[in-house]
Amino acid sequence: MRIVVDQDRCVASGQCVMAAEEVFDQRDEDGVAVLLTPQPADDQLGDVQQAITVCPARAIWLEPDSVA
Amino acid sequence: MTNTTTTPQYPMARDARCPFDPAPALHDQQEQAPLTKVCIWNGTTHWLVTRYEEQRALLADPRVSADVFRDGFPLAAPIVGNRRPGFIVQDDPEHARLRRMVTAPFAVKRIQAMRPAIQKITDDLIDDLLAGPNPADLVEAFALPVPSLVICDLLGVPYTDHEFFQQNSKTLIRLSVPPEERAAAAQNVRGYLTDLLAQKARRPGDDLLSMLVGRVEAGELTPDDAAGVGLLLLIAGHETTANMIALGTLALLQNPEQLALLRGSDDPKLVASAVEELLRYLSITHNGRRRVALEDIDIAGETIRAGEGIICPNELGNRDPRAFAAPDDLDLTRDARHHVAFGFGVHQCLGQPLARLELQVVYSTLYRRIPTLRLATTVDAVPFKNDGVVYGVYELPVAW
Repeated sequence: MRIVVDQDRCVASGQCVMAAEEVFDQRDEDGVAVLLTPQPADDQLGDVQQAITVCPARAIWLEPDSVA
Repeated sequence: MTNTTTTPQYPMARDARCPFDPAPALHDQQEQAPLTKVCIWNGTTHWLVTRYEEQRALLADPRVSADVFRDGFPLAAPIVGNRRPGFIVQDDPEHARLRRMVTAPFAVKRIQAMRPAIQKITDDLIDDLLAGPNPADLVEAFALPVPSLVICDLLGVPYTDHEFFQQNSKTLIRLSVPPEERAAAAQNVRGYLTDLLAQKARRPGDDLLSMLVGRVEAGELTPDDAAGVGLLLLIAGHETTANMIALGTLALLQNPEQLALLRGSDDPKLVASAVEELLRYLSITHNGRRRVALEDIDIAGETIRAGEGIICPNELGNRDPRAFAAPDDLDLTRDARHHVAFGFGVHQCLGQPLARLELQVVYSTLYRRIPTLRLATTVDAVPFKNDGVVYGVYELPVAW
Protein backbone atom coordinates (compact mmCIF):
# COMPACT_ATOMS: atom_id res chain seq x y z
CA MET A 1 0.00 0.00 0.00
CA ARG A 2 1.02 3.55 -0.71
CA ILE A 3 0.09 6.59 1.41
CA VAL A 4 -1.33 9.66 -0.33
CA VAL A 5 -1.42 13.13 1.27
CA ASP A 6 -3.48 15.87 -0.38
CA GLN A 7 -1.58 19.01 0.64
CA ASP A 8 -4.27 21.33 -0.74
CA ARG A 9 -6.84 19.84 1.60
CA CYS A 10 -4.49 19.70 4.63
CA VAL A 11 -5.35 22.17 7.43
CA ALA A 12 -2.08 21.67 9.34
CA SER A 13 -3.74 20.33 12.49
CA GLY A 14 -0.67 18.14 13.08
CA GLN A 15 -2.87 15.13 13.88
CA CYS A 16 -0.95 12.85 11.51
CA VAL A 17 2.42 13.75 13.07
CA MET A 18 1.04 13.01 16.52
CA ALA A 19 -0.29 9.65 15.30
CA ALA A 20 2.72 8.53 13.23
CA GLU A 21 5.75 10.80 13.56
CA GLU A 22 8.02 8.46 11.62
CA VAL A 23 5.74 8.63 8.60
CA PHE A 24 4.51 12.24 8.58
CA ASP A 25 6.10 15.64 9.17
CA GLN A 26 5.03 19.24 8.64
CA ARG A 27 6.39 21.90 6.26
CA ASP A 28 8.36 24.63 8.04
CA GLU A 29 6.57 27.49 6.35
CA ASP A 30 2.93 26.57 7.05
CA GLY A 31 2.70 23.28 8.94
CA VAL A 32 1.15 21.44 5.98
CA ALA A 33 1.70 17.67 6.14
CA VAL A 34 4.57 16.06 4.26
CA LEU A 35 5.13 12.38 3.76
CA LEU A 36 8.43 10.96 5.03
CA THR A 37 7.85 7.38 3.93
CA PRO A 38 5.19 6.74 1.24
CA GLN A 39 5.44 2.99 1.76
CA PRO A 40 4.82 2.29 5.46
CA ALA A 41 6.38 -0.76 7.07
CA ASP A 42 3.93 -3.34 8.35
CA ASP A 43 4.48 -2.31 11.96
CA GLN A 44 3.66 1.31 11.05
CA LEU A 45 0.30 0.51 9.47
CA GLY A 46 -1.65 0.80 12.72
CA ASP A 47 -0.34 4.32 13.34
CA VAL A 48 -0.98 5.27 9.72
CA GLN A 49 -4.56 4.02 10.01
CA GLN A 50 -4.98 6.19 13.08
CA ALA A 51 -3.58 9.20 11.22
CA ILE A 52 -6.14 8.58 8.46
CA THR A 53 -8.95 8.34 11.03
CA VAL A 54 -8.04 11.49 12.96
CA CYS A 55 -7.14 13.73 10.00
CA PRO A 56 -9.87 16.40 10.22
CA ALA A 57 -9.54 17.37 6.57
CA ARG A 58 -9.70 13.78 5.26
CA ALA A 59 -6.49 14.57 3.39
CA ILE A 60 -4.76 11.19 3.88
CA TRP A 61 -5.62 7.81 2.39
CA LEU A 62 -4.08 4.53 1.25
CA GLU A 63 -3.94 3.37 -2.33
CA PRO A 64 -2.89 0.02 -3.78
CA ASP A 65 0.67 0.15 -5.13
CA SER A 66 -0.52 -0.55 -8.67
CA VAL A 67 -2.42 2.77 -8.86
CA ALA A 68 -0.26 5.46 -10.43
CA MET B 1 -38.15 27.26 9.15
CA THR B 2 -40.52 28.08 12.00
CA ASN B 3 -40.86 26.86 15.51
CA THR B 4 -43.41 24.25 16.49
CA THR B 5 -44.52 23.49 20.02
CA THR B 6 -43.09 19.97 19.90
CA THR B 7 -39.56 20.99 18.88
CA PRO B 8 -37.18 20.95 21.87
CA GLN B 9 -35.24 24.09 22.71
CA TYR B 10 -31.41 24.06 22.31
CA PRO B 11 -29.19 24.33 24.30
CA MET B 12 -30.61 22.10 27.02
CA ALA B 13 -29.71 22.37 30.71
CA ARG B 14 -27.26 19.96 32.32
CA ASP B 15 -28.31 17.95 35.37
CA ALA B 16 -26.70 19.70 38.35
CA ARG B 17 -26.01 16.29 39.90
CA CYS B 18 -23.95 15.24 36.86
CA PRO B 19 -21.91 18.35 36.03
CA PHE B 20 -19.51 16.47 33.72
CA ASP B 21 -22.22 14.95 31.55
CA PRO B 22 -24.05 16.48 28.58
CA ALA B 23 -27.62 17.61 29.19
CA PRO B 24 -29.91 14.57 29.78
CA ALA B 25 -32.32 15.90 27.11
CA LEU B 26 -29.45 15.83 24.61
CA HIS B 27 -28.85 12.16 25.47
CA ASP B 28 -32.53 11.48 24.75
CA GLN B 29 -32.15 13.11 21.33
CA GLN B 30 -29.15 10.88 20.62
CA GLU B 31 -31.13 7.76 21.46
CA GLN B 32 -34.00 8.88 19.24
CA ALA B 33 -32.11 9.44 15.98
CA PRO B 34 -28.77 10.61 14.52
CA LEU B 35 -30.47 13.78 13.27
CA THR B 36 -33.31 15.54 15.10
CA LYS B 37 -34.73 19.06 15.05
CA VAL B 38 -34.24 21.75 17.70
CA CYS B 39 -35.37 25.32 18.15
CA ILE B 40 -32.93 28.07 19.24
CA TRP B 41 -33.20 31.44 21.03
CA ASN B 42 -34.44 33.39 17.98
CA GLY B 43 -37.28 30.96 17.26
CA THR B 44 -35.64 29.27 14.27
CA THR B 45 -35.44 25.49 13.90
CA HIS B 46 -32.28 23.59 12.92
CA TRP B 47 -30.87 20.10 12.57
CA LEU B 48 -29.28 18.67 15.71
CA VAL B 49 -26.64 16.08 14.86
CA THR B 50 -26.54 13.75 17.83
CA ARG B 51 -24.10 10.97 16.92
CA TYR B 52 -20.34 10.76 16.42
CA GLU B 53 -20.18 9.43 12.84
CA GLU B 54 -22.75 11.87 11.48
CA GLN B 55 -21.06 14.79 13.27
CA ARG B 56 -17.72 13.91 11.70
CA ALA B 57 -19.26 13.39 8.27
CA LEU B 58 -21.04 16.75 8.29
CA LEU B 59 -18.21 18.80 9.82
CA ALA B 60 -15.81 17.44 7.19
CA ASP B 61 -18.29 17.99 4.33
CA PRO B 62 -17.29 20.78 1.92
CA ARG B 63 -21.00 21.47 1.36
CA VAL B 64 -21.36 23.10 4.80
CA SER B 65 -20.45 26.68 5.65
CA ALA B 66 -19.20 28.23 8.91
CA ASP B 67 -20.10 31.73 7.72
CA VAL B 68 -22.29 33.31 10.41
CA PHE B 69 -23.55 35.95 7.95
CA ARG B 70 -25.24 33.38 5.67
CA ASP B 71 -29.03 33.09 5.76
CA GLY B 72 -30.16 30.18 7.88
CA PHE B 73 -27.02 30.03 10.05
CA PRO B 74 -27.92 28.80 13.57
CA LEU B 75 -26.42 31.70 15.51
CA ALA B 76 -25.43 31.11 19.15
CA ALA B 77 -26.24 34.76 19.97
CA PRO B 78 -27.19 37.90 18.03
CA ILE B 79 -24.43 39.41 15.89
CA VAL B 80 -23.56 43.00 16.73
CA GLY B 81 -22.10 44.99 13.82
CA ASN B 82 -20.73 43.43 10.65
CA ARG B 83 -17.23 42.51 11.77
CA ARG B 84 -16.18 38.91 11.24
CA PRO B 85 -14.65 37.42 14.37
CA GLY B 86 -11.78 35.82 12.43
CA PHE B 87 -11.29 32.91 10.07
CA ILE B 88 -13.19 30.46 12.27
CA VAL B 89 -16.39 31.86 10.72
CA GLN B 90 -15.08 32.09 7.15
CA ASP B 91 -15.07 29.48 4.40
CA ASP B 92 -12.31 28.33 2.07
CA PRO B 93 -10.45 29.61 0.16
CA GLU B 94 -10.22 32.75 2.37
CA HIS B 95 -10.30 30.65 5.56
CA ALA B 96 -7.42 28.47 4.35
CA ARG B 97 -5.40 31.49 3.23
CA LEU B 98 -5.67 33.17 6.63
CA ARG B 99 -5.29 29.99 8.68
CA ARG B 100 -2.10 28.99 6.88
CA MET B 101 -0.52 32.29 7.87
CA VAL B 102 -0.51 31.19 11.52
CA THR B 103 -0.15 27.41 11.33
CA ALA B 104 3.67 27.24 11.29
CA PRO B 105 4.19 28.21 14.97
CA PHE B 106 1.66 25.53 16.00
CA ALA B 107 3.38 22.70 14.13
CA VAL B 108 3.80 19.69 16.42
CA LYS B 109 7.60 19.71 16.61
CA ARG B 110 7.82 23.46 17.20
CA ILE B 111 5.29 23.14 20.00
CA GLN B 112 7.17 20.16 21.50
CA ALA B 113 10.25 22.38 21.75
CA MET B 114 8.26 24.53 24.21
CA ARG B 115 8.01 21.70 26.75
CA PRO B 116 10.85 22.89 29.06
CA ALA B 117 9.44 26.45 29.10
CA ILE B 118 5.91 25.20 29.90
CA GLN B 119 7.30 22.89 32.60
CA LYS B 120 9.09 25.85 34.21
CA ILE B 121 5.95 28.04 34.10
CA THR B 122 3.99 25.19 35.70
CA ASP B 123 6.60 24.52 38.41
CA ASP B 124 6.96 28.21 39.28
CA LEU B 125 3.20 28.65 39.63
CA ILE B 126 2.98 25.58 41.88
CA ASP B 127 5.80 27.04 44.04
CA ASP B 128 3.78 30.26 44.35
CA LEU B 129 0.58 28.35 45.07
CA LEU B 130 2.24 26.37 47.86
CA ALA B 131 3.77 29.53 49.33
CA GLY B 132 0.41 31.35 49.27
CA PRO B 133 -2.83 31.03 51.25
CA ASN B 134 -4.36 27.57 51.77
CA PRO B 135 -7.14 27.03 50.63
CA ALA B 136 -6.84 28.87 47.32
CA ASP B 137 -8.79 29.31 44.09
CA LEU B 138 -7.07 26.99 41.60
CA VAL B 139 -8.54 28.89 38.61
CA GLU B 140 -6.99 32.23 39.53
CA ALA B 141 -3.76 30.92 41.03
CA PHE B 142 -2.93 28.26 38.47
CA ALA B 143 -5.39 27.14 35.77
CA LEU B 144 -5.65 30.54 34.06
CA PRO B 145 -2.04 31.79 34.48
CA VAL B 146 -0.44 28.67 32.90
CA PRO B 147 -2.02 29.01 29.41
CA SER B 148 -2.11 32.78 29.67
CA LEU B 149 1.66 32.99 30.22
CA VAL B 150 2.28 30.49 27.44
CA ILE B 151 0.11 32.19 24.81
CA CYS B 152 1.49 35.63 25.75
CA ASP B 153 4.99 34.32 25.17
CA LEU B 154 4.04 32.76 21.82
CA LEU B 155 2.18 35.84 20.57
CA GLY B 156 4.52 38.44 22.07
CA VAL B 157 1.85 39.99 24.31
CA PRO B 158 3.24 41.45 27.57
CA TYR B 159 1.87 39.33 30.43
CA THR B 160 1.83 42.44 32.63
CA ASP B 161 -1.36 43.38 30.75
CA HIS B 162 -3.06 40.11 31.68
CA GLU B 163 -5.74 41.64 33.91
CA PHE B 164 -6.94 43.76 31.00
CA PHE B 165 -7.27 40.98 28.44
CA GLN B 166 -8.38 38.28 30.86
CA GLN B 167 -11.22 40.51 32.06
CA ASN B 168 -12.33 41.34 28.51
CA SER B 169 -11.94 37.76 27.41
CA LYS B 170 -14.16 36.60 30.30
CA THR B 171 -16.88 39.04 29.19
CA LEU B 172 -16.53 38.10 25.53
CA ILE B 173 -17.23 34.41 25.99
CA ARG B 174 -20.05 34.69 28.53
CA LEU B 175 -23.36 34.24 26.72
CA SER B 176 -25.41 35.74 29.57
CA VAL B 177 -23.68 39.10 28.98
CA PRO B 178 -25.65 41.41 26.60
CA PRO B 179 -24.33 41.17 22.99
CA GLU B 180 -23.40 44.89 22.89
CA GLU B 181 -21.23 44.45 25.99
CA ARG B 182 -19.56 41.38 24.51
CA ALA B 183 -18.87 43.24 21.27
CA ALA B 184 -17.36 46.13 23.27
CA ALA B 185 -15.05 43.70 25.09
CA ALA B 186 -13.88 42.28 21.75
CA GLN B 187 -13.32 45.82 20.50
CA ASN B 188 -11.22 46.65 23.58
CA VAL B 189 -8.84 43.75 22.93
CA ARG B 190 -8.77 44.47 19.19
CA GLY B 191 -7.77 48.08 19.88
CA TYR B 192 -5.09 46.90 22.29
CA LEU B 193 -3.71 44.44 19.73
CA THR B 194 -3.78 47.06 16.96
CA ASP B 195 -1.56 49.29 19.12
CA LEU B 196 0.70 46.36 19.97
CA LEU B 197 1.04 45.42 16.28
CA ALA B 198 2.07 49.01 15.51
CA GLN B 199 4.76 48.76 18.21
CA LYS B 200 5.97 45.45 16.73
CA ALA B 201 6.22 47.11 13.30
CA ARG B 202 8.76 49.51 14.81
CA ARG B 203 10.55 46.91 16.92
CA PRO B 204 9.83 43.36 15.72
CA GLY B 205 10.43 40.43 18.07
CA ASP B 206 10.63 36.68 17.63
CA ASP B 207 6.92 36.16 18.14
CA LEU B 208 3.67 35.47 16.30
CA LEU B 209 2.41 39.06 16.29
CA SER B 210 5.67 40.22 14.68
CA MET B 211 5.17 37.49 12.09
CA LEU B 212 1.70 38.92 11.35
CA VAL B 213 3.25 42.38 10.97
CA GLY B 214 5.49 40.88 8.28
CA ARG B 215 2.36 39.62 6.46
CA VAL B 216 0.77 43.06 6.71
CA GLU B 217 3.93 44.68 5.32
CA ALA B 218 3.96 42.15 2.47
CA GLY B 219 0.40 43.22 1.60
CA GLU B 220 -1.04 39.75 2.37
CA LEU B 221 -3.07 40.80 5.39
CA THR B 222 -4.91 43.99 6.36
CA PRO B 223 -3.98 45.50 9.75
CA ASP B 224 -7.58 44.88 10.83
CA ASP B 225 -7.41 41.18 9.91
CA ALA B 226 -4.07 40.91 11.74
CA ALA B 227 -5.68 42.26 14.91
CA GLY B 228 -8.60 39.85 14.39
CA VAL B 229 -6.29 36.84 14.09
CA GLY B 230 -4.38 38.01 17.18
CA LEU B 231 -7.65 38.36 19.10
CA LEU B 232 -8.77 34.86 18.12
CA LEU B 233 -5.47 33.26 19.18
CA LEU B 234 -5.23 35.21 22.44
CA ILE B 235 -8.77 34.35 23.58
CA ALA B 236 -8.74 30.75 22.32
CA GLY B 237 -5.23 30.28 23.71
CA HIS B 238 -6.06 30.70 27.34
CA GLU B 239 -9.80 30.23 27.92
CA THR B 240 -9.93 26.67 26.63
CA THR B 241 -6.86 25.20 28.31
CA ALA B 242 -7.64 27.04 31.56
CA ASN B 243 -11.04 25.36 31.71
CA MET B 244 -9.56 21.95 30.90
CA ILE B 245 -7.08 22.34 33.77
CA ALA B 246 -9.67 23.37 36.37
CA LEU B 247 -12.54 21.13 35.26
CA GLY B 248 -10.14 18.24 34.65
CA THR B 249 -8.80 18.59 38.19
CA LEU B 250 -12.33 18.52 39.59
CA ALA B 251 -13.19 15.45 37.49
CA LEU B 252 -10.06 13.67 38.74
CA LEU B 253 -10.76 14.60 42.37
CA GLN B 254 -14.24 13.07 41.90
CA ASN B 255 -12.65 9.92 40.42
CA PRO B 256 -9.90 9.20 42.97
CA GLU B 257 -8.91 5.82 41.48
CA GLN B 258 -8.25 7.47 38.12
CA LEU B 259 -6.32 10.28 39.82
CA ALA B 260 -4.21 7.68 41.67
CA LEU B 261 -3.44 5.97 38.37
CA LEU B 262 -2.22 9.21 36.82
CA ARG B 263 -0.27 10.32 39.90
CA GLY B 264 1.38 6.93 40.29
CA SER B 265 2.71 6.68 36.74
CA ASP B 266 5.63 8.39 35.02
CA ASP B 267 4.79 6.80 31.67
CA PRO B 268 4.38 9.60 29.10
CA LYS B 269 2.02 7.31 27.15
CA LEU B 270 -0.40 7.09 30.06
CA VAL B 271 -0.21 10.87 30.55
CA ALA B 272 -0.93 11.44 26.85
CA SER B 273 -3.81 8.98 26.95
CA ALA B 274 -5.19 10.67 30.11
CA VAL B 275 -5.19 14.01 28.28
CA GLU B 276 -7.14 12.54 25.34
CA GLU B 277 -9.66 10.89 27.66
CA LEU B 278 -10.21 14.06 29.68
CA LEU B 279 -10.63 16.03 26.44
CA ARG B 280 -13.25 13.49 25.32
CA TYR B 281 -15.00 13.17 28.68
CA LEU B 282 -15.24 16.92 29.39
CA SER B 283 -15.56 18.33 25.82
CA ILE B 284 -15.58 21.88 27.12
CA THR B 285 -16.64 23.65 23.91
CA HIS B 286 -20.24 22.71 24.67
CA ASN B 287 -22.06 25.30 22.59
CA GLY B 288 -22.35 23.14 19.48
CA ARG B 289 -20.28 23.38 16.31
CA ARG B 290 -22.63 25.29 14.02
CA ARG B 291 -22.88 25.26 10.22
CA VAL B 292 -25.33 25.97 7.41
CA ALA B 293 -25.80 23.68 4.39
CA LEU B 294 -24.72 25.15 1.03
CA GLU B 295 -26.36 22.35 -0.98
CA ASP B 296 -28.82 19.54 -0.24
CA ILE B 297 -27.06 16.84 1.77
CA ASP B 298 -28.41 13.30 2.16
CA ILE B 299 -27.32 11.74 5.44
CA ALA B 300 -28.66 9.04 7.78
CA GLY B 301 -31.92 8.75 5.84
CA GLU B 302 -32.64 12.50 6.01
CA THR B 303 -32.09 15.33 3.55
CA ILE B 304 -30.61 18.53 4.90
CA ARG B 305 -31.75 21.19 2.43
CA ALA B 306 -29.50 24.01 1.24
CA GLY B 307 -29.87 26.93 3.64
CA GLU B 308 -30.78 24.79 6.68
CA GLY B 309 -28.81 25.11 9.90
CA ILE B 310 -26.78 22.31 11.47
CA ILE B 311 -25.70 22.05 15.13
CA CYS B 312 -23.17 19.41 16.22
CA PRO B 313 -22.77 19.25 20.03
CA ASN B 314 -19.37 17.58 20.25
CA GLU B 315 -19.78 16.79 23.95
CA LEU B 316 -22.62 14.51 22.83
CA GLY B 317 -20.69 12.93 19.94
CA ASN B 318 -17.91 12.16 22.41
CA ARG B 319 -20.41 10.24 24.59
CA ASP B 320 -21.80 8.18 21.71
CA PRO B 321 -21.69 4.47 22.71
CA ARG B 322 -21.28 3.64 18.99
CA ALA B 323 -17.83 5.30 19.09
CA PHE B 324 -16.72 4.80 22.72
CA ALA B 325 -17.55 1.80 24.95
CA ALA B 326 -19.15 2.80 28.29
CA PRO B 327 -18.89 6.45 27.18
CA ASP B 328 -19.97 7.96 30.50
CA ASP B 329 -17.05 6.36 32.39
CA LEU B 330 -13.84 8.32 32.82
CA ASP B 331 -11.17 5.75 31.89
CA LEU B 332 -7.69 7.21 31.44
CA THR B 333 -6.40 3.98 29.91
CA ARG B 334 -8.85 3.85 27.01
CA ASP B 335 -7.92 4.84 23.46
CA ALA B 336 -9.86 8.09 23.06
CA ARG B 337 -7.62 9.64 20.41
CA HIS B 338 -10.43 9.81 17.81
CA HIS B 339 -12.60 12.14 19.94
CA VAL B 340 -14.03 15.33 18.46
CA ALA B 341 -13.28 17.67 21.39
CA PHE B 342 -11.27 19.89 19.03
CA GLY B 343 -14.05 19.72 16.43
CA PHE B 344 -13.63 18.12 13.03
CA GLY B 345 -13.24 19.28 9.45
CA VAL B 346 -11.22 22.21 8.15
CA HIS B 347 -12.01 24.32 11.22
CA GLN B 348 -10.57 21.83 13.72
CA CYS B 349 -8.64 23.57 16.49
CA LEU B 350 -5.40 25.11 15.28
CA GLY B 351 -3.84 25.21 18.75
CA GLN B 352 -4.43 21.56 19.61
CA PRO B 353 -0.72 20.54 19.75
CA LEU B 354 -0.18 23.37 22.25
CA ALA B 355 -3.27 22.49 24.29
CA ARG B 356 -2.21 18.84 24.45
CA LEU B 357 1.31 19.72 25.56
CA GLU B 358 0.11 22.16 28.23
CA LEU B 359 -2.30 19.57 29.61
CA GLN B 360 0.32 16.80 29.54
CA VAL B 361 2.72 18.97 31.55
CA VAL B 362 0.08 20.16 34.00
CA TYR B 363 -1.66 16.82 34.62
CA SER B 364 1.69 15.05 35.09
CA THR B 365 3.01 17.71 37.49
CA LEU B 366 0.26 19.25 39.63
CA TYR B 367 -1.04 16.11 41.40
CA ARG B 368 2.44 14.67 41.95
CA ARG B 369 3.76 17.88 43.47
CA ILE B 370 0.62 18.37 45.61
CA PRO B 371 -0.47 14.80 46.38
CA THR B 372 -2.88 15.95 49.10
CA LEU B 373 -4.75 18.31 46.77
CA ARG B 374 -8.49 18.24 47.60
CA LEU B 375 -11.65 20.19 46.96
CA ALA B 376 -12.15 22.83 49.67
CA THR B 377 -15.91 22.92 49.16
CA THR B 378 -18.65 20.55 48.00
CA VAL B 379 -19.26 19.86 44.30
CA ASP B 380 -22.76 21.34 44.45
CA ALA B 381 -21.24 24.65 45.64
CA VAL B 382 -18.82 24.89 42.70
CA PRO B 383 -19.92 27.60 40.20
CA PHE B 384 -20.10 25.90 36.78
CA LYS B 385 -19.94 27.89 33.53
CA ASN B 386 -23.37 26.93 32.24
CA ASP B 387 -23.62 30.29 30.44
CA GLY B 388 -20.21 30.09 28.79
CA VAL B 389 -19.20 29.48 25.18
CA VAL B 390 -16.66 27.23 26.87
CA TYR B 391 -17.69 25.00 29.80
CA GLY B 392 -15.73 24.87 33.02
CA VAL B 393 -15.77 26.36 36.51
CA TYR B 394 -15.59 30.03 37.48
CA GLU B 395 -13.75 29.12 40.68
CA LEU B 396 -12.28 25.96 42.15
CA PRO B 397 -11.49 26.27 45.86
CA VAL B 398 -8.79 23.72 46.71
CA ALA B 399 -6.77 22.88 49.82
CA TRP B 400 -3.80 20.57 50.49
